Amino acid sequence: MQEFEPKIVAFVCNWCTYAGADLAGTSRIKYASNVRIVRFPCTGRIDFMLILKAFQNGADGVIVSGCHPNDCHYISGNFHARRRWIVFNELLDFLGFDRRRLFFSWVSAAEGAKWANLVNEVVSEVRCLGPFVEYEKLSKINVNSIGELCNV
Amino acid sequence: MSELISKVGQYFDSQIIDLFIGYTQGNNGFGKPAFFTNKEQLNKLTFNEQCIVNLAVYLRKPELKKYSKIGILANVGTLRAILQLTAENQIKDGQYLILTVKDNKVIEFVNLKAIEEWVSNNMPEPNPERIAKMKEFEALTQEERWAFWTQELASCVRCYACRAACPLCYCEQCVVECNQPQWVGVPATGLGNLEWHIVRAMHLAGRCIGCGECEAACPMEIPIGFLTQKLNMEIAKKFGQIPGTKLEPDYALSTFKVDDKENFIR
Repeated sequence: MQEFEPKIVAFVCNWCTYAGADLAGTSRIKYASNVRIVRFPCTGRIDFMLILKAFQNGADGVIVSGCHPNDCHYISGNFHARRRWIVFNELLDFLGFDRRRLFFSWVSAAEGAKWANLVNEVVSEVRCLGPFVEYEKLSKINVNSIGELCNV
Repeated sequence: MSELISKVGQYFDSQIIDLFIGYTQGNNGFGKPAFFTNKEQLNKLTFNEQCIVNLAVYLRKPELKKYSKIGILANVGTLRAILQLTAENQIKDGQYLILTVKDNKVIEFVNLKAIEEWVSNNMPEPNPERIAKMKEFEALTQEERWAFWTQELASCVRCYACRAACPLCYCEQCVVECNQPQWVGVPATGLGNLEWHIVRAMHLAGRCIGCGECEAACPMEIPIGFLTQKLNMEIAKKFGQIPGTKLEPDYALSTFKVDDKENFIR
């Protein structure tokens, strides 16, 4: 059987992580090709709904990455983002969402190697977890199949 | 009660108000929200411990725009909602005549600052049953929590009664009604339901005043109040902000501290 190749979506900020990923490329650092990078102006722009949307569309893992604290191009975007992630993380944890599939990171424009490492780590961790079937199953559940869900 | 009725009657007489939002006796023992437009209707006005419905939800409804001056009989939840709405720039000082009753005495708030003071002295004790239930949730494993919530949320019919009953869900267009892009699936599938409740909880995080109206309104009896309660507990613990206690804007997600602590960012 062919090995499972996870689909990873990365939401990154334009000024640090995107430039970091660029640096990884120009430095000829090889990393896993499973990641689809989506560029945003700032981590402050990365709404939690985008993360939900990625999982809704079949992502097995999501990376959210931006400038280190105090390095934000817009001064405070990443501080606001950090608060939002802290709250969002608590909510997902409370709902029992598999937190091992959502990754947050700070990668600066100079950290091409860190970005490559991060992606490789994420891909190997998600590969161990397998496809995100729990989430996919949900889209098929409706009111009529509660019994099936509860194994009645 | 007669003091309240005569006082509100006087306000109608002197044309200080043309609408009064209060309670009448409901047939299940609880107070039922009621709208009084003249003095003659006031004999049905009542207020007691069982008047728990949060009347602040009506203040933002477009149907009330035709009334020039509205009076409202407020319990603690309603007062907290009014404070939060003020902090969010939805209510102006002097826009409403706000009354409450404590120990059979009618209290009229001269301004919103008075409400802030009154609320700080009369904050309700947290319900021990809910705290015990919250501890139960927290003791579950991740898989158990996932099983519990997916099962509970699977029964959601997406009637959005939780949204309609919430005094702080006042957006004219809600994100679930947005279909370009379609953020949250419309059919009541498990996935759409989960997403809707995540969205609801996130948009109320740090704003929810914990009145419990969403849960009371839910026809499927889903314990959705725990989602916002949990987030508010974490926000109070981590950032020290409690919604519905201050007139000044103090929204946890629009402020930050440089040294906010987290343990999950690599």
